Amino acid sequence: MQRLSAESVTLGYDQRVIAKDLSVEIPDRSFTVIVGPNACGKSTLLRALSRMLKPSEGRVLLDGQAIHSLPAKKVARTLGLLPQSSIAPDGITVGDLVARGRYPHQGLLRQWSPEDERIVQESMEATGVGGLGERYVDELSGGQRQRVWIAMALAQQTPLLLLDEPTTFLDIQHQIEVLDLCAQLHEEQGRTLVAVLHDLNQAARYASHLVAMRDGEVVAEGAPASVVTAELVERVFGVRCQVIPDPETGTPLVVPAAPRRSLVG
Amino acid sequence: MLVDSPPQPRDGTTSAPPAPTAKRRTLRAAGLFASVGVLALVAVASIAVGAKPMPLGDVWHGLFHSSGTANDVLIHDVRVPRTLLGLLVGAALGLAGAVMQALTRNPLAEPGILGVNAGAAAAVVSAISFLGVNSLTGYVWFAFLGAGLVSAAVYLLGGSRAATPVRLALAGTAASAALYGYINAVQLTDSAALNQLRFWQVGSLAAADMATVAKVAPFILVGVVVALLLARPLNAMAMGDDTARALGARLTRTRVLSMVVITLLCGAATAACGPIVFIGLMVPHLVRAITGPDLRWILPYAAVLSPVLLLGSDVVGRVVTRPAELQVGIVTALIGGPVFICLVRRRRMAQL
Repeated sequence: MQRLSAESVTLGYDQRVIAKDLSVEIPDRSFTVIVGPNACGKSTLLRALSRMLKPSEGRVLLDGQAIHSLPAKKVARTLGLLPQSSIAPDGITVGDLVARGRYPHQGLLRQWSPEDERIVQESMEATGVGGLGERYVDELSGGQRQRVWIAMALAQQTPLLLLDEPTTFLDIQHQIEVLDLCAQLHEEQGRTLVAVLHDLNQAARYASHLVAMRDGEVVAEGAPASVVTAELVERVFGVRCQVIPDPETGTPLVVPAAPRRSLVG
Repeated sequence: MLVDSPPQPRDGTTSAPPAPTAKRRTLRAAGLFASVGVLALVAVASIAVGAKPMPLGDVWHGLFHSSGTANDVLIHDVRVPRTLLGLLVGAALGLAGAVMQALTRNPLAEPGILGVNAGAAAAVVSAISFLGVNSLTGYVWFAFLGAGLVSAAVYLLGGSRAATPVRLALAGTAASAALYGYINAVQLTDSAALNQLRFWQVGSLAAADMATVAKVAPFILVGVVVALLLARPLNAMAMGDDTARALGARLTRTRVLSMVVITLLCGAATAACGPIVFIGLMVPHLVRAITGPDLRWILPYAAVLSPVLLLGSDVVGRVVTRPAELQVGIVTALIGGPVFICLVRRRRMAQL
């Protein structure tokens, strides 16, 4: 039994059903990446796993209990989420923003402590923003800002961390920086990471477990080497391609086929 | 992938002094302490200054060794209730404004935007015109009822559980527009009501007595306590709904409690003094310039500095046209308007 799973959930917004009878298990201590074409329901699944969205049927289980019936702060001490978009309050410093990640560990009788201070500092150092504590968040570059948000999620100190498209809006250098950071958090700290990514090659390179979705269904899951095949890419994305070993890492590398001239001409 | 990541500067691993944060905390605490001192001075001035100026010795005598001299009576029956009401109403308006701005994530939010003032005013107009209520203590309950009803209606119109800052602000503005239309219609057809309302609508502390103070104090005190308890969840919600939820904040509960707090504070303040403008809008902005965006500091600062501004304005209003006086609502608007324009021009305003 894994810590986080979805049990035949039906997901949707208002009347529109996006996924029906969907079941997924997130392997403990994995770096799970969910991939699929636009509107396949991958972000919707992540939102359900992070209890942002309540399934209309079925349930999401965290440590064997329905996540929506658990107290919000208790969940927030086990499972963190980096949403697609967050708002940095005007004029907030990096240190103050990261410190807000301690919210679920605090209460009326449990105020700020030196331990909180230490965890905040460690989280900032783990994401490489340790020296920016006094800087204003709105002065930072996009890549730095994303690392600050990740630091805030780390300060939450959750064994599970979910990231919704953490590389969107970043250039290639910052994309790789963020993904390297995720890999490092996974390997060195033993956290379970779940991310939604757009780039199949990045997914194949960084994931230890890959979930491929299409039309609200899981088409394939497993190690990237077994999931990413030319046949699957065509089935999921509708793209003809070759899959070759990545010259850097040996993980599968998807090379889309050139347009067929016979069809064009 | 052929990109070699450049070596990343892992700055901060070498030295990470937490000192500036601690220093800032000390500064903020000292500032708050100083603000309380200023408030005490303004309160004394509010007792001493008036149509009949009073030496400080008489103020001391009247407060602590009252023996029934004319000045003692003046202090007890007029100046002290007026000052107490100013303290309560000032704190209420400042806190309500700060909570409103945090709740709607709209830097221009004020009691007007969520329709609370309009609701209170509409209820008072109805009470005067249709029910013949004509005492200040009578207004209180109607103003309160109106503020509460309109707050609830705005929350429902704004989408209740799915409420967003923009929808709340839009619903509040729409409700205000409709209610002011109704108020104007009633006033135009009922000249007696118009006369009675004209004074109340400007906003004044002049009619304060101990009965009014006693009537609104419990509501305002409860509102102040709950508002201060909301600082942390509102801090979380300032980062967006998803982030707040991910941190374990309970959005619906925080929104409902915030609306209750705003209703309590604004309803009580508006009922007692009429709609006093600009305090709820201006003070939170001034405070943010001092404390930054942390509501755990903004709220206490707003609760202390708003009565400084309100009582200060009231004292100024008593002095400038002596022996007549200018109502505090006019003075706050006169002082507040230009200050607010400066603030808006100097500081970049967050987008709605």
